[in-house]
Amino acid sequence: MSLISLSGNLLFVAFLTYLIATLFFGGAVKNSHDKSEAAERHANKWGKIAIIITVIGFIANLGYFITRWMYTGHAPVSNMFEFTTTFGMFIVLAFIIMYFMYRAVVLGLIALPIAVLIIGYAAMFPTDVSPLVPSLQSNWLTIHVITAAFAQSILAISAVAGLVYLLKVVDVKKASKERTALESVMFFVVVVIGFVLVTLVFRGMGYEAQFTYVDKDEIQREITYNMPAIFGMNESAALTEDVMQPLIETPPIINAKKLTTVTWSLLVGTILYALLRLISRKRVSEMLQPFVKRANLELMDEIGYRSVLIGFPVFTLGALIFAMIWAQEAWGRYWGWDPKEVWALITWLFYAAFLHLRLSKGWEGRKSAWLALIGFAIMIFNLVVINLIIAGLHSYA
Amino acid sequence: MEKETITCACGHVNPYGTKLCEKCGRPLTEEEKNTKVVDMRYDGKAIRSKTYNRSVVDKVWNFFSSVKVGIALIIITLLAASVGTFLPQEFYVNVGTLGDKAAYYENTYGTIGKIYYALGLSDLYSSWWFQILVGMLGISIIVASIDRGIPLHKSLTNQRVKRHESFMKRQRIVAEGEVANSEQTLAAIEKEMKALKYNVRRDGDALLAEKNRFSRYGPYINHVGLIVFLVGVSLRVVPGMYVDESMLIREGETIEVMGMPGYFLENDKFILEMHENDEDGPSGEQVRQGVNVVAKNFQTNAKLYKQPEGALPGDTDNLELVKEYSIRVNHPLQHDGYSLYQMDYRLDELYTMTFDLVNKETEKSYGQLTVQLDNPAATYDLGNGSSVEILNYTPDFAGFKDGVPQTNLPVPDNPAFVFKMTTPDTPDGETSFVAIRNTLEPLGENQNMLKFVSATTRNSSGLTIHKDRTIPIIVVGGIIFMIGVAIGSYWNHRRVWVQATAEGKLLLAAHTNKNWFGIKKDLDIVINAAQLPAYVDQLDLNDSEEKQEGDEA
Repeated sequence: MSLISLSGNLLFVAFLTYLIATLFFGGAVKNSHDKSEAAERHANKWGKIAIIITVIGFIANLGYFITRWMYTGHAPVSNMFEFTTTFGMFIVLAFIIMYFMYRAVVLGLIALPIAVLIIGYAAMFPTDVSPLVPSLQSNWLTIHVITAAFAQSILAISAVAGLVYLLKVVDVKKASKERTALESVMFFVVVVIGFVLVTLVFRGMGYEAQFTYVDKDEIQREITYNMPAIFGMNESAALTEDVMQPLIETPPIINAKKLTTVTWSLLVGTILYALLRLISRKRVSEMLQPFVKRANLELMDEIGYRSVLIGFPVFTLGALIFAMIWAQEAWGRYWGWDPKEVWALITWLFYAAFLHLRLSKGWEGRKSAWLALIGFAIMIFNLVVINLIIAGLHSYA
Repeated sequence: MEKETITCACGHVNPYGTKLCEKCGRPLTEEEKNTKVVDMRYDGKAIRSKTYNRSVVDKVWNFFSSVKVGIALIIITLLAASVGTFLPQEFYVNVGTLGDKAAYYENTYGTIGKIYYALGLSDLYSSWWFQILVGMLGISIIVASIDRGIPLHKSLTNQRVKRHESFMKRQRIVAEGEVANSEQTLAAIEKEMKALKYNVRRDGDALLAEKNRFSRYGPYINHVGLIVFLVGVSLRVVPGMYVDESMLIREGETIEVMGMPGYFLENDKFILEMHENDEDGPSGEQVRQGVNVVAKNFQTNAKLYKQPEGALPGDTDNLELVKEYSIRVNHPLQHDGYSLYQMDYRLDELYTMTFDLVNKETEKSYGQLTVQLDNPAATYDLGNGSSVEILNYTPDFAGFKDGVPQTNLPVPDNPAFVFKMTTPDTPDGETSFVAIRNTLEPLGENQNMLKFVSATTRNSSGLTIHKDRTIPIIVVGGIIFMIGVAIGSYWNHRRVWVQATAEGKLLLAAHTNKNWFGIKKDLDIVINAAQLPAYVDQLDLNDSEEKQEGDEA
């Protein structure tokens, strides 16, 4: 087996292992009315097995990372697939570290599915090995990206703890803004699953449709859609026969291919969500509630705060300072107001506000949990929207 | 303004605004007396901004010292910064003049682009209001740090071991109970706490164990780092501190380096190497991205020269070679605080054009001339009484205006000439307008013509020149910040007060600024070893949240 296919297989093993571990974490935290010691021991045993499986998955994941690095000759963090996969891997690492600090099994039930989703999302991007353009050939870049990804993963654990906290305290039986907001988070997660599903289905069908279009500089270009075109590029014309014609044409500044992908994901996600609701007759957050019934709120709040405390200095170092060193070396200026740089600064300012709100305004518990979720949303926005839509020096794909 | 004081029951005279007596810790305000757990943020010291609010100075001071204001400033800066990423900023837009920029935004992004440009959002980060925002954030950091840092420092350095019961009972973690022999128990606690690396002080039947007090200074240290950083950034406006220029240098040229007086640079050769990608060109992903080539390396083999002392600006005689260097991305040429970075390139720019002066009918040649496009001669003598004079030259021909050829850019992308051709057969000369794929004879039919023979091209390299004397300050600021933020985040200030009360009981209270789980672990060890009563966490979230839920239902 060649190094690159070994690497791919290891990632697949890690992916499956995380899924299995999630089931065991579910078994460990399932609310049982049986408060007896035997039940407690049983839960502990499940928890122990779950963490062992997680560690095995992480080792496989690390194996992917190392073998891919060996094969490509550079750190596998240079395109959207590689970076996002690394982010998912580090979320698992951050979870393992937090687990051994606080022994909170319930974290795994949220952290692992998030990692699985992120790795699944990453796999929807081209996984080819690509050579590096000159500006990316720097050790500082490797250090910067890896540290920043790890910092974001630690910060993500804060959102994991926050989500557990909210799932437990928000009363999902009674209408409230908080309930709507929490259910929106769940809906978003389902849409991501929708994206993965719809991409896999059309990929499995081998769907391809080529179009020509005229870009904003009035140059004619070609584009290949991998999903039936809902939106067409500016003045598009099909090159492939027997494909669906775009329903709506868009102006040149809009990338209709990406808009089509988003629309398909939303469509499939919404159907999936509706099915979930119809079958279970419950909100998704309500379905999850039994799993967090036994979560210790104080512990969740503490973990949420602690992971920001641990992650914030690492983020400063990785996403700002190392980034500045690299930018200074490559471009001769440590700061250039590139969209990605600005969003790293925004993330940093947000967590600075989080810490100040907690320290002087006493924003603990629910408020802190919501802030942690918003922080995670900013990081995901930075990863997805800024990379894919607002192109800058950092845009990968 | 009169300075009131508060005299505590213990006799200590506290400054106005004190919440907890500086000496014994008794709550002094009604608010503190009525709470279950006292506010320990600055150990109850009087904070200037919370105490005075009369004069204008007080009001300005209070505004900037308010953490609420600070957080608001952070959020506003954050939102403003995000607006600047919606459309590309002006410095990423590659157009010449101001008018072009306005047109670019409108043409590319429509009405939104027009509004964006008109509001100045396309140059948001150098706008006056954004800089004022960052400046206010800086002032807020300074004022708030002084306002709280000094009282906190005073309080931390003057801690009494013995605190009043009312102080101890209002701590978050409290334990109270009977012990057989208080002296023995205190000694046991002292031993255990010391083993856990606490500093332990005794005062009769009271004990104070303290650990990692320095971590309380973390936030103040990181704020100093931020201020140093911001000062460094703002020093850019001081002349001589900061240079940021760019230039395009063609192969074979020796030109003055922008922003680097007295220095000249020669571009020996520009090299562009592409990734070979196993014969079949760019990989799948790059093709999908619309990239057809991926540069592996681009470099400029350059020579840096310096003018001799006392030379006039622009004088290229007697240049002294300073350095030969291959400038590549990530590998700038560095000299005397200046760095020259490889940023850009232009390939195959027209360099020379060769023409043949021929008779239209007989195709008889009068001789050839080669025009160097960046430096055309006025007249070319072809010998035998023939010559060609350049009446007008436009490097980037863009049409006629009032009969005169116009140029777009000074770069020879579309060169056009007005030649005057003189031969022994046409001694009065003939005028011809020659452009690529276009010849005009404005003054009537000519006998002769200039036939295009060949052209040569050359590459040019785009370099940026940087000097930044503020970098050492930025580096120092960054290091101080990292030290401060690490101290404040990774260590916690833990304190445990114990004393034997008059009723023969033992009272224990504990406080930490962060990480209550950490201090509870410490306490569990001590309580086990010294056989102490169990502690209560007065702010247990599980209790309070359950109550809250109950209240709502």
